Amino acid sequence: MTTGVDPIVFYLIIFVLAIFVGYHVVWSVTPALHTPLMSVTNAISAIILVGAMLAAGPAIFDWGGWVGVVAVVMASINAFGGFLVTQRMLEMFKKKEPKIAAPEKK
Amino acid sequence: MSADQVALWYLIASICFILALKGLSHPTTARRGNMLGIIGMAIAVLVTLALVFSHTKNVGYILGGIAIGGVIGAVIARRVQMTQMPELVAAFHSLVGMAAVLIAIAAIHDPGAFSLPVPLPTGNKLELFIGTFIGAITFSGSVIAFGKLSGKIRSAPVVFRGQHWVNLLLALAMVGFGIGFFLSPDESKWSPYIVMTAIAFVLGVLIIIPIGGADMPVVISMLNSYSGWAAAGIGFSLNNPMLIIAGSLVGSSGAILSYIMCKAMNRSFFNVILGGFGAEPGSAAAGTEQKSVKSGSADDAAFLMGNAERVIIVPGYGLAVARAQHAVKEMADKLRDKGIEVKYAIHPVAGRMPGHMNVLLAEAEVPYDQVFEMDDINGEFGTTDIALILGANDVVNPLAEEKGSAIYGMPILEAHKARNVIVNKRSMAAGYAGLDNPLFYMDKTMMVFGDAKKIVEEITKAID
Repeated sequence: MTTGVDPIVFYLIIFVLAIFVGYHVVWSVTPALHTPLMSVTNAISAIILVGAMLAAGPAIFDWGGWVGVVAVVMASINAFGGFLVTQRMLEMFKKKEPKIAAPEKK
Repeated sequence: MSADQVALWYLIASICFILALKGLSHPTTARRGNMLGIIGMAIAVLVTLALVFSHTKNVGYILGGIAIGGVIGAVIARRVQMTQMPELVAAFHSLVGMAAVLIAIAAIHDPGAFSLPVPLPTGNKLELFIGTFIGAITFSGSVIAFGKLSGKIRSAPVVFRGQHWVNLLLALAMVGFGIGFFLSPDESKWSPYIVMTAIAFVLGVLIIIPIGGADMPVVISMLNSYSGWAAAGIGFSLNNPMLIIAGSLVGSSGAILSYIMCKAMNRSFFNVILGGFGAEPGSAAAGTEQKSVKSGSADDAAFLMGNAERVIIVPGYGLAVARAQHAVKEMADKLRDKGIEVKYAIHPVAGRMPGHMNVLLAEAEVPYDQVFEMDDINGEFGTTDIALILGANDVVNPLAEEKGSAIYGMPILEAHKARNVIVNKRSMAAGYAGLDNPLFYMDKTMMVFGDAKKIVEEITKAID
């Protein structure tokens, strides 16, 4: 049955299903974590790095390759920065009890 | 590495991303979720690296680029202050948008690098067009949003006559050149593409300039969504399911956040995007009559709070501007030591991005179980002695309950139901909506003018 289906149709199926998954998962996110949600989705959108890497590694490296390298740098800033800042933020949401010997002033 | 293997690894990475979002359903699982996100990204990058290596061996530039970007990203992530999160996120969105445009340019220049047929088939060109224009709008829109949020450009809405028509014409022209691009023969593909991209950049600017400061939560969420769709669009044109899946996750997340923010302001998405809330006729008409406010000092506020049993603190953008979160936490601790119950009430659109206040309070080490969402705490104002409002205005404006007012129907924190209200503001200036706030004129309300941080510190000192 699937023979002869254009690959674009498969991609469309993946696309629509991924939107559904995203829709249902994101509604379960607690409002208190909406800023981390935004920074983590921002980091995930740095997945565009995958495309940038392909652009930066052509068989013949000409100006198109350099364009790719710039894209790689931009997407990497986003990937590293996004995940690390999310991590930093989420550390703050830790319960305070397990903190060892923090300079806790009462 | 075979294409099948690559696709299966991409599947694993996608599952990691989904679990990363799922982890955010509770603060205790959130850090594990973020870790899964990092693992997903690492898998996707390593697999792609292996793929490029097996094809062309040209991975040196890629590794160099990742190293440079990684160091910059890590430094930024370490240095940024929590009050600057909105502009940081805006800046990051612009990077995704620009990267999408650059990848599209590289793909048009050398489709072979992406294992696409040469010359590019019309279908892929159509998808490149979509990925490019969303990416370009994301880029220039985010740059403007960044400028407004960081105060580098005026955050007031910029509106001019015929703005919507200009935007519409530009959008049509962009689509026209886009069609020209994917119908064009391979030799003349560049000129329509370049014109189309240039128009998209301009359009991104024009879409964001009419949107004012307090609508920024919607704008950021919207640009968040766009950056996802840009990635998905590029994924379609490169036939890359990884980009499609991750892009759509981000796209739908941003769309949901925009929806939540709009709902919290009781406005439709188009109403926000078409902009100029303050310019709406009739909104300035309210509150022209002279009314008197009762103003007091920090000492008075300290006295009132020291004698209260239950206090609810309502933080707003003013708290973020004054970076008063640590001072507030100290004050709350002092009150708690006296046996006074202190809670925080957060409106969904308080601040400049979704969840902005929660992060600031978390930074000040306020435990998250003292921080309440609007629906959970609204019932408690009636039994509260003091509602302390720090730099918030429209989100506590009781006009929202009056038919006919410009913000009628907007859900608010019902601070006016508390026995006493203390409002800290810098001045009597109206809030973003341009509306007067009857709360300020109530008999039980005391205004304490001044910088939030200074006032809160003075109050803390005065509480004995």
